[in-house]
Amino acid sequence: MTEAILAFCEDLRGEGLAIGTSEIQDAFRALEIVPWQSQADFREALATTVAKSPKDREVFDLVFDRHFFRATEAAALEHSPDGDSSSRARLSEANQEALDPESLAEAIRQAIESGDESAMNELARLAIEAFGRDGESSGVVGVDLQRIRRGLGLTGSDTGSGEGREPLDRDRLASFERQLRRELQRGQIERQGALSPSRPLADLNRSLPMRGASDLAAVHKAVTQMKRRLATLGHDPRGARRGRTVDVRKTMRSSLETGGVPLNLSYRPIRPRKPEIYVLCDVSTSVSSAATFFLSVLHALHDSFRKLRSFVFIERISEVTHVFEDERDFTVISERITSEGGVADVSGYTDYGRVWREFYEDVSSDLGPRSTVIVLGDARTNGRPPAEDLFARVAGRANRTFWLNPEPELYWNYGDSVMNAYIPHCDGAFECWQTEHLETFVDIVASGRAELVRPRQPSSGHRY
Amino acid sequence: MPVSPTDPPESPEAVAGALREASYLADESTALISFLAQRLGKPVLVEGPAGVGKTELAKALSRSTGRELVRLQCYEGLDEAKALYEWNYRKQLLQIQASAALHADDRDTAPTMGEIFTEEFLLERPLMRAIANPDPVVLLIDEIDKTDQEFEAMLLELLSDFQITIPEMGRIGAKTHPIVVLTSNNSRELTEALKRRCLYLWLDYPSSGREIEIIRLHAPEIDQALAGRLVEIVDMVRELDLKKPPSIAESIDWARTLILMGADDIDGKVFRESLSIIIKHRTDLDLVAEKIGPRLGRSRDGAGANGSAGSAAAGDGAAEDGA
Repeated sequence: MTEAILAFCEDLRGEGLAIGTSEIQDAFRALEIVPWQSQADFREALATTVAKSPKDREVFDLVFDRHFFRATEAAALEHSPDGDSSSRARLSEANQEALDPESLAEAIRQAIESGDESAMNELARLAIEAFGRDGESSGVVGVDLQRIRRGLGLTGSDTGSGEGREPLDRDRLASFERQLRRELQRGQIERQGALSPSRPLADLNRSLPMRGASDLAAVHKAVTQMKRRLATLGHDPRGARRGRTVDVRKTMRSSLETGGVPLNLSYRPIRPRKPEIYVLCDVSTSVSSAATFFLSVLHALHDSFRKLRSFVFIERISEVTHVFEDERDFTVISERITSEGGVADVSGYTDYGRVWREFYEDVSSDLGPRSTVIVLGDARTNGRPPAEDLFARVAGRANRTFWLNPEPELYWNYGDSVMNAYIPHCDGAFECWQTEHLETFVDIVASGRAELVRPRQPSSGHRY
Repeated sequence: MPVSPTDPPESPEAVAGALREASYLADESTALISFLAQRLGKPVLVEGPAGVGKTELAKALSRSTGRELVRLQCYEGLDEAKALYEWNYRKQLLQIQASAALHADDRDTAPTMGEIFTEEFLLERPLMRAIANPDPVVLLIDEIDKTDQEFEAMLLELLSDFQITIPEMGRIGAKTHPIVVLTSNNSRELTEALKRRCLYLWLDYPSSGREIEIIRLHAPEIDQALAGRLVEIVDMVRELDLKKPPSIAESIDWARTLILMGADDIDGKVFRESLSIIIKHRTDLDLVAEKIGPRLGRSRDGAGANGSAGSAAAGDGAAEDGA
């Protein structure tokens, strides 16, 4: 068993969970005092000691099911190579009379209603037996599952039942389905006499919640999370209070209380660095899918940084700071930006050269050593001059300049993308089409760790 | 029934029972982890959305074990002086001056370091109090995610060895083993080092069945059908993308409000009137009114059309309330 758990932890590490030896020790100590017979307890005890975030827990559950299921199956295969004398055969003999579909469906209903896990397990096997006898098995687990479910007339509470029966609890129905699925897989393994190759989870179940900023709700959740992180990050006392200066005046005054002995030193408060941020956001059609994402980023940034000015641009540039300041509702903001922005002139194609010129003429006098300029755009100029010299002058006035590109790095500099013209002038250029990218970027900006970001050589296409 | 504070519990079921008596309905994993925490003597890190009973768990543990609850509410900028201990400078100064005056002629007997750095001059803060308490306690470190990372690092010694090092006095070890509960709203990632020392419990919104039980436990006057309806609506509301989804505490408040209003059923009107109990954001209010309101209206009409069944049930509820 020790080995089984170690192998399991190894499996988890393979999926990217950081499990230290101390955690494994804890797991063993926990398992010493928890009854091993109950699967639920065993699982919880293991989970609480090794999986320490909701994300980890999700991975844990997936790996747990897969690992222990496979382990028992592998053992079963070893012990009975012919596979015929398996539990399925025994069961079908013992319960031949119970295979009448009507009574079976009734029994399953009862089991689901009472939430009896072990009864559900038995009945799942029976159901497979009952509906698989006619040689109907398709060999595809998902298809069989649906067929059996239909055959039993099981409906969840959401669909409502037409037969005048009480609808079943959805969670319990789902757990019965899990049992069914597992048994079906077991049957399949028995038939084939081998385990299907184990695939890493990353391919299957851990795809990111959003790709290409399509799901606004997901973006918003991620951004809210990020916003909170930003809020705490911004107020860290920098350098762990090193460099704090004593406020002599205040210290002397308070020392009068204690007879002139300066007991409590008063320090000059450390003002957290409040960067002035200028965000320029491309809202043209070539980035239309990302524009919503960018706007919601802007929205979030406006909550966190007081000194933030935002601009949108296509052919010309337009300041939209006031829109964010007036409105709290995101949908209203995006509507107002499209209607009042006035950024498209004739063609509706991005003109970076003109944008830089306008930005430089109107705004750059405000830029200073505390300013950070963030450009959100794909650097696709539609064949127009990129005017990188103007951009360089803007970047030169600002303290830091970052470029977030909604396209994967692979596509940069292909077609009319002129990223390489701008990259030398930026303190950092990032691909940003997932919330993860955004978080990395925000960490860098908010922590003020400028040394993490180095200007990149235009020739090398590496990532950070 | 409070058992002797030092007895470790027998089984997860015993913990669940004890928590239930302290009016906290723990699900299986919560009970199991509370059990493990007491048996292994490890801190528990509880994470989850706001208002699912994280803090309440610590309080219930304290009630069920008969231990005193020591609470440290974390906030930004919390430091050692407010969490651990502080020297009582004024008292120390007085001591020095007093004894200097007393022995004005004899410089050698002036108080030495050892005399003014004793427990007498120590101001105990929550963590210190939890450690130094002769009786076992439940230590609740609430909203640990609000503090800085430095503070977290400072907690490490306490959490793994249950001791505090004071440079002038040496180590102060725990006389008894406290149950430590840390809660976090997951607003920032806690450090690996801290997580490593804790058991991890993720509390989420409970299943509808459990939530009905919880509501009936805290608002016993509510009848089953109404509680069921309430939970159903709260579940619907939680599925919307809200800034602040209603928590269990708000469900309970809503149940109490409905009792006060004397409502037998939640229809469109009652819902609109009491909406502000569970929704605390203007934009959320609009969204909920738009999405849920119409559904309620419809379902009430449906019940009316179906005839007597609904009203009879409502009548029964009223009768029960009266009795």
